[in-house]
Amino acid sequence: MTMIFGVPLAVFTGQLLLGLINGAFYALLSLGLAVIFGLLKIVNFAHGAMYMLGAFATLLGMRYLGINYWAALLLAPLAVGLAGMLIERLLLRRIGHLDHLYGLLLTFGLALIFEGTLVNFFGVSGARYPTPESLAGGYQLGFMFLPKYRAWVLLAAIGVCLFTWYMIERTRLGAYLRAGTENPALMQAFGVNVPLLVTLTYGFGVALAAFAGVLAAPLYPVSPTMGSNLLIVVFAVVVIGGMGSILGAIVTGLAMGLIEGLTKVYYPEAANTVIFLVMILVLLIRPTGLFGKEA
Amino acid sequence: MTFIKKTLVSSIAIAATAAMATAAQAEISDGTVRIGYLADMSGTYRDLAGPGGLEALEMAIEDFGGSVDGAPIEVFSADDRNSADVGANTVREWIDQRDVDLVAGMVASSVTIAVTKVLEENDGFGIVSGSAASSITNEHCTPNHVHWVYDTYPLANGTARAVVEQGGDTWFMLTADYAFGHALEGDVEKVVTENGGTIVDKVRHPFPTDDFSSYILQAQGSGAKIIGLANAGSDTVNAINTASQFGVVEAGQQLAGLLVFLNDVHAMGLDTTQGLLLTTGWYWNMDDESREWAERYYERVGSMPTMVQAGIYSSTMHYLEAVQATGSDDTQTVREYMMKQPIHDFFARNGRIREDGRMVHDMYLARVKSPEDSTHEWDLYEILTTIPAEEAYRPLSESQCDLVQN
Repeated sequence: MTMIFGVPLAVFTGQLLLGLINGAFYALLSLGLAVIFGLLKIVNFAHGAMYMLGAFATLLGMRYLGINYWAALLLAPLAVGLAGMLIERLLLRRIGHLDHLYGLLLTFGLALIFEGTLVNFFGVSGARYPTPESLAGGYQLGFMFLPKYRAWVLLAAIGVCLFTWYMIERTRLGAYLRAGTENPALMQAFGVNVPLLVTLTYGFGVALAAFAGVLAAPLYPVSPTMGSNLLIVVFAVVVIGGMGSILGAIVTGLAMGLIEGLTKVYYPEAANTVIFLVMILVLLIRPTGLFGKEA
Repeated sequence: MTFIKKTLVSSIAIAATAAMATAAQAEISDGTVRIGYLADMSGTYRDLAGPGGLEALEMAIEDFGGSVDGAPIEVFSADDRNSADVGANTVREWIDQRDVDLVAGMVASSVTIAVTKVLEENDGFGIVSGSAASSITNEHCTPNHVHWVYDTYPLANGTARAVVEQGGDTWFMLTADYAFGHALEGDVEKVVTENGGTIVDKVRHPFPTDDFSSYILQAQGSGAKIIGLANAGSDTVNAINTASQFGVVEAGQQLAGLLVFLNDVHAMGLDTTQGLLLTTGWYWNMDDESREWAERYYERVGSMPTMVQAGIYSSTMHYLEAVQATGSDDTQTVREYMMKQPIHDFFARNGRIREDGRMVHDMYLARVKSPEDSTHEWDLYEILTTIPAEEAYRPLSESQCDLVQN
């Protein structure tokens, strides 16, 4: 049997694939953060909570309204996106002219409120969301058993990431967005409604988080604290990729998933810290991140 | 003159304080019994103790009458957030500023070990109900705490032995990388090898972990018959869920959840957990006495109590009875009395506190019911056998505790 650093090739390949799947999650979440920071300059600490709300909307939608998984995939991000737009309109806009730190504190506070309220009603044990029938079971790949649902997560997450990247970097709407954040006054003079554009962008960013939440619902117990653990890692991914870089968030997300996956094989004790080590290294060598533009 | 006067006054004051101190040994300090409840109130261990445990504590105080010989009982609580520093600092503050008489609850073993050190330095008193590490009454024993509900020794002794006896003789250990996980892993390894089994491989995962797929894949690759889960709370839930997604059981491997709480099984559902063997210190549907108490608890909290929550009630009762009988809240007076009294209530059968602070009582080997056998939401376990108190826990002859004369 071929061995790679003392690990059989089959196991190694399996771990790479799993790492890639986790990486797709990181990519999806850090993409939302990067869009919001890149275009709005808001450090959105409520992102983990939005991911959690996406998962909860899926669970509660099934329990009380009979909404199935596929419908939730569309409706939950929509609902959370709308909530996000309300937050932007009513709260974030008021502190838009202040230092970034205020936005960070406000969104962090919101995250704590969402989390605390749900803990009060649902506890932390979490509830299970069943895997949709059509995605139950899995494929025997020879080197590993791959649950169908995880394969779907990988495809869906990467698909949405690429779509977002295309929309922002390659379309007219995306160009308006980028221009609007670069020079809002000029854009407004051209007759573009910049405040509306900003609201929509924030809504879209948190909808991405909620979409990740729907994807996560059948994988992990749906619990109010599910977002807070992930948030810090995702922030590290954004910092490594370069704050605000769309492509950087996607590529770094996938790469960090792979690195974390390999750490779980070779030195599992460090699995939770390896991404932060990479972050420190990157900050020392390239403070603007791997894909960040020089300030 | 002033100097002499001052000296005189202070000597009298000192003498008076000394006299009061002697008298205080036979009474309740400053006329109030103060109980501080320390637990994870918001994190991964919230549902096994948390706010429900505080409710159980308050039930005990209400049932006791709210006061001890006219001295009111005061309760306060804090969230230790599973941090040893936060826990130790909170208890230090309780001792210095709030004159706490009993620290109850205590869940994550790492927090408990830090807190019991603070209690020992300040001659305080604690009853540990939530923690699992058997080291708490072994190398970390102090004359200032007792350990109530369960520990890793009977968990290993009950579940691991039963699994090995049924033919599960090769094990892959999946261990939470902190004090409790290490203690449980050690106890399991001992039981497995003593019964003729082997540990094929092990992985220590960070605490807490969300994604177990990588570890489950490694366990599948190990070829072991049994995957032993030396973790707890959401880690166990995540590991079992992931194993079910990766078809572990269908492929012929078995899971052994070494520390599984009622709320975990409830959260995962019987489809995922049916057939799981586990060791528990108590089960709400064990007999009439248990049911009667559990239903009262259910009325107030809305979920059935875990063994930890029931143990908090039981231990608080025993403590208050000791304070009443001795008329004192002095640590050693109360502890001595508690050790002399056998414990037999809705929770503990054949219970007694040993000199190392371990409260030994009957433990139970249980199996999770199948969805067909379960009659309602909380009908989750079938009790298979009783492990007698004196066999369940680590024998004193193996103890490394300084309080034990070996």
